[in-house]
Amino acid sequence: MDLHLFWFVTLGVLLVGYAILDGFDLGVGILHLGAKSDTERRIFMNSIGPLWDGNEVWLVTFGGALFAAFPHVYATAFSGFYLAFMLLLFALIFRAVSMEFRSKREGVLWRRSFDVAFCAASTLATLLFGVAVGNTIKGMPIGADMEYAGTFLDLLGPYPLVVGIFAVAMFAMHGSIYLYLKTTGDLQERIHGWMWHTFGFFLVMYIFTTIFTLVEVPQATRNFRDYPWAWLVVFLNVLAIANIPRAIYLRKPGYAFLSSCCSIAAFVFLFGIALYPYLLVSSLDVAPGMTFNPVFSLDIYNSASSEKTLQIMAIIAFLGMPFVLTYTAIIYWTFRGKVELGKFSY
Amino acid sequence: MDETALLLSRIQFAFTIGFHYLFPPLTIGLGLLMVIMEGLFLWTKEHQYEAMAKFWTKIFALIFAMGVASGIVMEFQFGTNWSYYSRFVGDVFGSALAAEGIFAFFLESGFLAILVFGWDKVRPPMHFFSTLMVSLGSIFSAVWIIIANSWQQTPAGHHLVTSASGFTRAEIVDFWQLVFNPSTIERLTHTLVGAFIAGAFLVLSVSAFYLLRNRHQDFARRSIAIALPFAAVFSLLALLTGHSNGVMIAKHQPGKLAAFEGHFTTQEGGTPLYLVGVPNVAERRVDYGLAIPGALSFLVHGDWTTPVTALDDPAIVPGGLPAGEAIEDYWPPIHLSFQSYHIMVGLGMFFIALTLFSLLQWWRGKLFEQRWLLWIFVFGIAGPLIANQLGWIAAEVGRQPWIVWGLLKTRDGISPTVSAIDVGISIGLFGLIYLLLLAVWLFVLDSKIRHGPEDPADLEREFKARRGWILAAAAVRTDPSQSSYTDAHGPKPGDPR
Repeated sequence: MDLHLFWFVTLGVLLVGYAILDGFDLGVGILHLGAKSDTERRIFMNSIGPLWDGNEVWLVTFGGALFAAFPHVYATAFSGFYLAFMLLLFALIFRAVSMEFRSKREGVLWRRSFDVAFCAASTLATLLFGVAVGNTIKGMPIGADMEYAGTFLDLLGPYPLVVGIFAVAMFAMHGSIYLYLKTTGDLQERIHGWMWHTFGFFLVMYIFTTIFTLVEVPQATRNFRDYPWAWLVVFLNVLAIANIPRAIYLRKPGYAFLSSCCSIAAFVFLFGIALYPYLLVSSLDVAPGMTFNPVFSLDIYNSASSEKTLQIMAIIAFLGMPFVLTYTAIIYWTFRGKVELGKFSY
Repeated sequence: MDETALLLSRIQFAFTIGFHYLFPPLTIGLGLLMVIMEGLFLWTKEHQYEAMAKFWTKIFALIFAMGVASGIVMEFQFGTNWSYYSRFVGDVFGSALAAEGIFAFFLESGFLAILVFGWDKVRPPMHFFSTLMVSLGSIFSAVWIIIANSWQQTPAGHHLVTSASGFTRAEIVDFWQLVFNPSTIERLTHTLVGAFIAGAFLVLSVSAFYLLRNRHQDFARRSIAIALPFAAVFSLLALLTGHSNGVMIAKHQPGKLAAFEGHFTTQEGGTPLYLVGVPNVAERRVDYGLAIPGALSFLVHGDWTTPVTALDDPAIVPGGLPAGEAIEDYWPPIHLSFQSYHIMVGLGMFFIALTLFSLLQWWRGKLFEQRWLLWIFVFGIAGPLIANQLGWIAAEVGRQPWIVWGLLKTRDGISPTVSAIDVGISIGLFGLIYLLLLAVWLFVLDSKIRHGPEDPADLEREFKARRGWILAAAAVRTDPSQSSYTDAHGPKPGDPR
């Protein structure tokens, strides 16, 4: 494996870490307004209270690694998606401060405003992540100068929007399973119902998005011809998804959560397979018989940093990751078990 | 080139980073003070120190949240508004940023969870360890950011490579030269010292307020006893690190130092140091100036007569002044550089005077009676916040017109596809949102401060109760007949305290 591929895979690993971890806390945010009383809402927020910040660091590190390993992709995507990324940043800002501020005062209007902001920001952020993934799979107008040649509205095509809604469905399901794990009593019983609903929504969106992708985005499946073993991931993904309702029915939420983690990992893998060896696919000046323009597209070679930098970064990653995994494990172990509201809670 | 987009992008960057930079210095400084307070608690077992650690943790969490929320903008803004710059420096600059994520952010945000939510979940030594790790994480974060920024000021360890498509960028040759580039150590020490002063002044401000309001007397006195010597030591160190910075800048960025000092014309003999003044760019002199003859020469060269490079010297242009270009085009904005630098230095002198005078009063046993002095401390927190902002402005504005010193001009670093309208919309939204957040944040912070710390007597009772429970739980492990305790999440009503 050369260093370029190594960094493509590492970015994928960071994305898997982010999607699984921040996925459930974004999901809790999406479901937040479903909680009825103030206590329930505090339980929701405190179920992710100690964890969400560390989860978001996966995104920050993904961004830093993308900047360092593939600076051209970083530059093209972020300047091209300008307004979309600004919206995403505002959503992430509001999410962070809503959690911090919400329970600091008693007023109904105060708490209600931050509840709405928390839910809206979580939903918007998830939708935008999905839209970004959808655009990346579908391909974007990128010119020979590596610059984005479209507008903000070009990003909101039907396919990206469908992927965006799919992402909302997936994280809502992931979040509901997480909440089931962290709650007790009547609230937990109600969340049991939510798991069914969110799973149903997810299943519909999964089937729809899959069909849409197969029909509309042929380049997304081209790698399956060269790498037939990738079908194995598809197969395992279907098994993982099928295991979710089984585990919910059997009241084994731990297995349901594990299954939804696995299927999120599988989706990120499929995203990677759809792109490889490209990171940004150009839809400008497409030759007859092709579905994208390989010359204008940014791949893991023409957009990368120098070998030396990729090497240094690999050393940094190998030095740092054991620490990161160790303290992630410590934190999750410390805050295991059901949510208990105490005087240090939000 | 869209001049409006360029201007707006510069304003947006300055505004968003200025807002962000209100918070990290406070958390860096406060974090270290919390380590001291909690360490004292473990050492002395006095619950007043526990009350201090807990109170400041709450304030810390509030500040940290704002730092995180506004900080995520920073990382992505390079790509959104400065895409050409990102392509140019990614090979060098990106690895420092990625290292910050791996080495600092995970550490900081991970252990923050235990710091804030873990008082009841882990034993005191583990909690203290978490506090230490959060403090260390915030310092690491400063280290990597300053490394990246210092490379922009004094690039080293790279070479320029032009690709087949004709695109030139900086590529890394020597990682350790990048890390220890000529300005890293001076800038890092000065920045950290500035952050420590900010944290100490926050503690002093709130404590002085309690003393004036006659509340939480013991808490406030002990907080001052920790924060005041801390502030005094770091104020003196700020002078020292500031001086070594000046010498470093004179050597590596002479034009920047000349702009700080309003030093337009190279002359024989010693160069004067202006304490105050208004630079007059058209006439190339400083109006209304109060100067010490030869002092700048002394600070830079160690003697009173060697001239210091001025703004009219072509040597201020890295690589030499290109033929046909005017030297003025390579001047940073002089007024802004001069005044921000001078006010920063003035504030630094004020911190030294204030803290030393207060130490003297404390030694004489009169500090807590001097109400006017306590009032100065209440509002004194503005001092380091302003000084830190001005220090950053001086450093970054003084670097202009370069975005990477001698390699890339700011105007060339911009995203070509982003229009002035796009940036205009985002600035408007940033302005609105940040204003709103700042108001809400101040409101919450104010109510936290008004609420005040917990009563150490309560903490002591809780602590004993919890220890009783831990002992009971340990007894259960050795004696199965007491298994009824295993379900208890806290002390049972009849438990001995």
